[in-house]
Amino acid sequence: MGQPHDLGQIIDAHPFFKGIDSTLRSLLVGCAANERFEPGDFLVREGRPADKFYLLRAGQVAVEVDVPGKAPIVLETIGEGEVLGWSWVIEPYVSTFDARAMTLVRAVSFDGACLRRKMAGDPALGYEVLRRFLPVIGHRLATARLQLLDLYGPGVAKAARAKRKNGQ
Amino acid sequence: MTAAMRDPMLPRPFRIEKVRRELSDTFTMELVPAEGGGFAFAAGQFNMLYVFGIGEVPISISGDPGDGGKLIHTTRAVGAVTRAMDSMRAGDVVGVRGPFGTPWPVEEAFGHDLVFVAGGVGLAPLRPAIYQAMANRQRFGKVVVLYGARTPDDILFRRELERWRGRFDMEVHVTVDRGNPKWSGNVGVVPNLIAHAGFDPLSTTAFVCGPEVMMRYTALALEKNGVGREGIFLSMERNMKCGCGLCGHCQWGPHFVCKDGPVYRYDRIADLLAIREL
Repeated sequence: MGQPHDLGQIIDAHPFFKGIDSTLRSLLVGCAANERFEPGDFLVREGRPADKFYLLRAGQVAVEVDVPGKAPIVLETIGEGEVLGWSWVIEPYVSTFDARAMTLVRAVSFDGACLRRKMAGDPALGYEVLRRFLPVIGHRLATARLQLLDLYGPGVAKAARAKRKNGQ
Repeated sequence: MTAAMRDPMLPRPFRIEKVRRELSDTFTMELVPAEGGGFAFAAGQFNMLYVFGIGEVPISISGDPGDGGKLIHTTRAVGAVTRAMDSMRAGDVVGVRGPFGTPWPVEEAFGHDLVFVAGGVGLAPLRPAIYQAMANRQRFGKVVVLYGARTPDDILFRRELERWRGRFDMEVHVTVDRGNPKWSGNVGVVPNLIAHAGFDPLSTTAFVCGPEVMMRYTALALEKNGVGREGIFLSMERNMKCGCGLCGHCQWGPHFVCKDGPVYRYDRIADLLAIREL
């Protein structure tokens, strides 16, 4: 496990916390730990307490849903420079999907309960963390909707063609 | 007869030399002029292909502009004409009018990082520009190809993407909307790849081709990552008929897409893209 000083540098260097105030960052460091996952390891399991979130430093993680009797369905992949998990900040703090390491993954994890306590006691920290999470949540929602559109599917191509032909 | 003298409304017979199945509904035809001679075009241009007795459709050219001997078109069988085309074989003859439209401004991008963003069969109209860029590789900074497909089985020009990925002077990232158990690559929409591509946004030219919704969100993502609107080019698609700005079928606001497009600089059409009625 890295020393807090190292973790502070790592947090500073990660795009998710880019430019964060050093006082707030030192509060984050107290809840952080370096972690490493081998391919196939689960970072998050659906239905289990969402007690952490991760800043991914290297490697690739599949966010997926388990299908009984079949291979899991991968909803999206997340990699270096991205953040994984927000169920830790939304009651009832239960993970909604699995997250599995596809490669060797290095990450900084944050203890959700630790950070929630600090955020409750320091609104500036709470605002700063949520201000950074909300665009990520919004972006993931928007891209999930785009995926649902099935833009490259034959149905969409036919509809676009018909629309053009009708001059609409 | 020279290209300059040729009647743009008169189809020229081309013999199909080879047909290659790319995907379950997508195929590539290699054409040669039945009367001999070559066919010059610029990357990004399209032809009107005529299946005699069935009809005519606009199809982008997907071959190498540096190879003047063959005319290559890749298309998806989605309507009566392209389905008829799909059933044609080597030796059959199609009519060709063109080339029409504005090209990808590859030479204007000299000195810049060059980012290609393609979705689905939109990789086909971009491929000539990729060939042109690689033929002039030393004139660019980074060359990046970002490609999104529906599933791993729908990846167009897969072998070519793998070959490009194997080069040391080119960066290729592929994502799919839906993975399968054998797929160990990215899953997600193609605009998500932009943040990871590592190009210099202040000196980047981006060429984007795919479904219009994909292009809108890709342009937004490029802007969000610092690429100026004047450095983003999109290939638009409308109902082209004459191919030379006479009939008005492809009118899009003040533009005739067949003549003023299909390749547009984003800052010149961003407002039009936001008008739903167009």
